[in-house]
Amino acid sequence: MAAEKAEMDALKKECDGLRAQIEAARKAVNDGSMSAAASGVASVGRVQLKLRKTLKGHLAKIYAMHWSADSRQMVSASQDGKLLIWDCFTGNKLVAVPLKSAWVMSVAFAPSGNLVASGGLDNICTVYNIKAASPKTLRELDAHTGYLSCCRFLSDTEILTASGDTTCCLWDLETGKQKVIFTNHIGDCMSLALSPDMNTFISGACDSLAKLWDLREGACKQTFSGHTSDINAISFFQSGNAIITGSDDCQCKMYDLRSDQEVICYQDASLNAGVTSLALSSSGRLIFAGYDDFNCHIWDSLKGEKVGVLSGHDNRVSCTGVPDDGMGVCTGSWDSFLKLWN
Amino acid sequence: MTINTLAKGGCHREQMACFRKMEKVIVAMQDPDMGMKMRNQRLLITVIPHAMTGHDIIAWLTHKYRISEEESLHLGNMLVKYGYIYPLKEPRCLVLRPDESPYRFQTPYFWTSTRWPASELDYAIYLAKKNIRKQGELMEYEKERYSLLHKRINHTWDFVVMQAREQLRASKQRRKADRIVLECQEQAYWLINRPPPGVNNVLDTGLERPNNFSCRVTLNSDYYKREIEACRKALGRNRVKSSICLEGFLKYSEQYLNHDPIMQGCLPSNPWISDDTAHWTMNAEIVPVPTRLRVERWSFSFMELLNDAMGRREFMTYLEKEFSAENLYFWQACEDIRHGESSKIVEKVEDIYKNFLAPGAARWVNIDSKTMDKTLEGIKRPHRFVMDDAQMHIYFLMKKDSYPRYLKSDLYKNMLAKAIVPQETKKSVFPFMRRQRHSSPSPAQTATQAGEEEGLAKGAGANSAAGSHF
Repeated sequence: MAAEKAEMDALKKECDGLRAQIEAARKAVNDGSMSAAASGVASVGRVQLKLRKTLKGHLAKIYAMHWSADSRQMVSASQDGKLLIWDCFTGNKLVAVPLKSAWVMSVAFAPSGNLVASGGLDNICTVYNIKAASPKTLRELDAHTGYLSCCRFLSDTEILTASGDTTCCLWDLETGKQKVIFTNHIGDCMSLALSPDMNTFISGACDSLAKLWDLREGACKQTFSGHTSDINAISFFQSGNAIITGSDDCQCKMYDLRSDQEVICYQDASLNAGVTSLALSSSGRLIFAGYDDFNCHIWDSLKGEKVGVLSGHDNRVSCTGVPDDGMGVCTGSWDSFLKLWN
Repeated sequence: MTINTLAKGGCHREQMACFRKMEKVIVAMQDPDMGMKMRNQRLLITVIPHAMTGHDIIAWLTHKYRISEEESLHLGNMLVKYGYIYPLKEPRCLVLRPDESPYRFQTPYFWTSTRWPASELDYAIYLAKKNIRKQGELMEYEKERYSLLHKRINHTWDFVVMQAREQLRASKQRRKADRIVLECQEQAYWLINRPPPGVNNVLDTGLERPNNFSCRVTLNSDYYKREIEACRKALGRNRVKSSICLEGFLKYSEQYLNHDPIMQGCLPSNPWISDDTAHWTMNAEIVPVPTRLRVERWSFSFMELLNDAMGRREFMTYLEKEFSAENLYFWQACEDIRHGESSKIVEKVEDIYKNFLAPGAARWVNIDSKTMDKTLEGIKRPHRFVMDDAQMHIYFLMKKDSYPRYLKSDLYKNMLAKAIVPQETKKSVFPFMRRQRHSSPSPAQTATQAGEEEGLAKGAGANSAAGSHF
């Protein structure tokens, strides 16, 4: 017993030592702060977006939404056991997909527009073909031992999932089998995002860490710490060189991938609610973060200032999304409505 | 203090970290020097000390955090909804009114985070007290819950009634003012932790995420050995200076500013606002003449050019002229393997070898011998990423050589010159259209800070829709 404990202690000490060395290496390249660099940038002033449409149709809390690559269609998932596919331009519901399990936590649209996927407390990621006469279940990806918190398509043949069993997984849709399992987190994985070049992806988890993974090697390449609670939302900055995270500790952070460290923290003493979701405007200048306080707050990503707020929901904002063409932002809430703003 | 769910295995999970932040605000509000000024409040014939008006709360928040009144109203509302401040008049209505309505701070004993989770036993005692004090004082939903609890914890019911009687007796010995205060505080606590039906439950944390401990990662020696390995690799990583990276973000944001419809509006109009799909039609994947902004983006980065179907087509035309089109064909074929169906990989790798790599191939690509050898070896066991090294080599070849020359070429310059700059959609003939015709003023235009001349000029140039608003 004592020998085992001694071994563990030695390993822990070595691990801590290495982590300290990594911190030192990060400090060594830290020769400038974002606030200093952005001091010469013109302020965006007060950003006031108007509510353009309210999409009504769900009967219970909305948990997730995802834009289609055509920037016009969008899929939303609600606890009423349905996925709805909307044409956001006309406001019409195009397809309704009934779910086997109503406890859905995530939904995704394939880039081709042919498939959608959803999953939740059933631990399964179900992929549907929505171009068929009536929505057909294409695959049921069942191997996770924990709830499905997030899913994202790479193409019609591959999909990434994040789960409460602390792993992320890449699946082959042709065979329905797992191709690569990404293990390194020690807490439930809550969200994931694909890099613009599709070579890597990032995940945020309840261990308050964000990790960057290489899709080819199946390994964790970088780990970012700093948050003190669950990371619920994560996204890439469009250039692919930075990531933005949102957490239950009421803060958002930007981490730079090349210098391997946090560059700026978006926080405000008057914001006392956890971050549930986030999305960036197409230039990356504005961050739209949905909070538990029923609002979506807008941050200037470079200056770190709160520059606006989207209020109108009567309950928690659970999901946020900006389409690829950047026309506006969509917020979904527990009040069962989706709102489009710009 | 925040709510900690002490899960099995002793790992705390901080949920509702917001409670700690709210408590900071509350403590600041009660600071003897900088906090709120409180006064005595008359409630019927009793005087309640340490009360404040809704209006005072909002004023204090606005001043302390330098936010707008709308935001302090929202923040104050949150404080009331989570039970840190409760109303004296209309206690069941947990809303902050920006007027002379009286409010009080909840005592830390009754903070939701202090007694978490609210126990059934305590709730039963509370309802029993109400019931005993005055028969029929319980509301309809409280009566239902009371009888439900009676069934569920029947075995401890004697204890419940005894406790209720004890507490009532003790309270009779307090001064009337104190008694009323305590009753208000307790009532406020239960309105939050056991809200009446139909009222929004602020403590609702959504789907109960089951704690599956069988698959939790055990922090044993194997785990640490893996961590050490990972740390060693991470330590050897090349890190770029912060200043360079930050410069990169600023540049990117600035470059794409005019291409960001939320920031600068878009021409001819934003379809969400004008209900006109012209913008989407003009920017479809393949169009006779692309828009100017689109052609400009091709010069931002090589990936922008390659990701745009028309851009790729133009680049291909250029490469044909230069007799190096095989590079782009090769790159496209490799992409097809990376993102296509697994079942076709072997076949596609074969094709690539025949067309691009075999000696004397029709479209032979010029790869350095080391990469070629490695690739040929890899082809023996084809997989999705077997072409990666070769593809990367050709990608960089094009990026460093052909791409910059393309941007300087007449082909590109002509494309840019004849690209469309859409006209802004004409204003509606009917001025009384309900919907806003024009996008909200460009953020740069609403900037009131001094020295934003440059920002204003940019905004005015790109978005001439400074016109009327309804």
